[in-house]
Amino acid sequence: MKAIVFILFFVLRVVVNIPDVRGQDDGSADTDSLAARYAGYEDNEKCFTCHGGTIYEFTNPESGKKMRRLMPKSRVLSKKAFYNSVHHNFSCTDCHSYEFNTFPHPSELIFEEYMNCIDCHGGDEQFAEYHFDEIQKEFEKSVHYSQEGNGFSCWKCHNPHTYVPIARRTEDITTVVKISNNMCLNCHTNEEELRLFSGAKELDVSSAHDWLPNQTLHFQSVRCIECHTQINDTVMVAHLVLPKAKAVQKCNECHSQNSILMATLYKFKAKEERRTSGFLNGIIINESYVIGANRNKKLNTLSIVIMLATLGGILIHLVLRLIFIKNTKHGT
Amino acid sequence: MGHKLYLYPKWLRIWHFINLMLFFILIATGLSMHYSAASGWLVSSTGKAVSNVENGNFLMDFMTAVKWHNIAAIILCFNYLFYLIANSYTGNVRYYNIKEQALLKKIFIQARYYAYGMFKGEPHPFPVNEERKFNPLQKTTYFITMYVLMPLLVLSGIGLFFPELIPDKIFGLSGLLVNSLIHITVGYFLSLFMIVHIYICTLGVTPSTLFKGMINGYHEVH
Repeated sequence: MKAIVFILFFVLRVVVNIPDVRGQDDGSADTDSLAARYAGYEDNEKCFTCHGGTIYEFTNPESGKKMRRLMPKSRVLSKKAFYNSVHHNFSCTDCHSYEFNTFPHPSELIFEEYMNCIDCHGGDEQFAEYHFDEIQKEFEKSVHYSQEGNGFSCWKCHNPHTYVPIARRTEDITTVVKISNNMCLNCHTNEEELRLFSGAKELDVSSAHDWLPNQTLHFQSVRCIECHTQINDTVMVAHLVLPKAKAVQKCNECHSQNSILMATLYKFKAKEERRTSGFLNGIIINESYVIGANRNKKLNTLSIVIMLATLGGILIHLVLRLIFIKNTKHGT
Repeated sequence: MGHKLYLYPKWLRIWHFINLMLFFILIATGLSMHYSAASGWLVSSTGKAVSNVENGNFLMDFMTAVKWHNIAAIILCFNYLFYLIANSYTGNVRYYNIKEQALLKKIFIQARYYAYGMFKGEPHPFPVNEERKFNPLQKTTYFITMYVLMPLLVLSGIGLFFPELIPDKIFGLSGLLVNSLIHITVGYFLSLFMIVHIYICTLGVTPSTLFKGMINGYHEVH
């Protein structure tokens, strides 16, 4: 038995690519090294004094008393997450009004409008490979924009303070799936969040996908956007979120030789890794197994050869029986 | 003129018939899923969407294949459990005993008979009797089929049905992939076994004798 397991393991190691799972930077560097690494660090420390935690303290200028207040959840920012994000070199006031440097903040700052990705990255040649303009076009055609208009923005799904292009940086597809799906579920399963910008009702994800076999496995293995967006070859992650009625419901759109997963979830890997493993859509199999989409060409050919040899053997045996023992009775 | 031996009791015939039906369903639906046809977006190996192609299915719709594969598989699990219990309880399991002297040599003798001796009119080297229902080659094959391959098929099938039971990684590979490869490979060899099994069953006194035996329970010996 051990020998069989060993042989199986060996065969699999040969025919399958083992992924190089690179660790992510956890941003656990100390304060001094952070100051040396990030341009806006010292400026930002003033903001993080209050916004880096859930409680902030200040001295009341009239009474001289020390006050402790709860910071609203939406105003709290993890320093670690910020310095791990793509915008880590920014000072807070690069995007926010300089007036925020005064405390208490002037009340009119409540009207400050948030910048969207396209405000900085529109026509941005430095980040041309991200195709921000194309993403914006897609977004403007999406169901989110058509239903909510300007009430919906990049911010609803992507937090610029903590943003990491996860689909490009993470080897582990399960993590990509989890982070991506949490973006959708944060609102669609949370009426409180949803009501901020929509009259839509909280979604019972499980009932809405009643038709889908092995629901849990699907939700862990693929992103919502695999079925709920229109494929776009230019951008890495499709942003044209479709109306419910247009979502993919045919199993073999994924479960087939021409699986759309190769143009969606596994797109980046497919582009990066052109190694051939012998498996059809072999990139998928390091993470999962998609019935119908993964076939090993050699094993398939071998199985057909063995089947034909068996049928040929039977045919020859049958012919020999007819020739030699036409009238002879025999028993097994 | 031959005589008849009652070798296939009713429970065994019913189990065998159900097994046969289930295997037909499982093979057809399994092939349909494995060779699921292209539909929707035609995607190149580099992940580029090439065009939108017509919808197509292999043998049947994927969802139908999944549904019937699952139904047949669940029945197969119970049918297999019934077989294990009944085989032990009735003592039928003794025919599967492969612990006998010079088994390999006997297997070779039987294989030689099928490949050569029977055409020369040689007598059957291991004729069927009440104590020897299966010849050495047959019982070795049946033992491997029923006590090695079937458990692997059922267990890997349960793994596919409850994927959360499968470890994420097996030898650094996706647990789902390893489990699925086992399931498909074992399923393939059992299908191959079924084809050969059906053909060998035409080697009775007449081509239909052994099939009739599986209906009425009597094995005809000449």
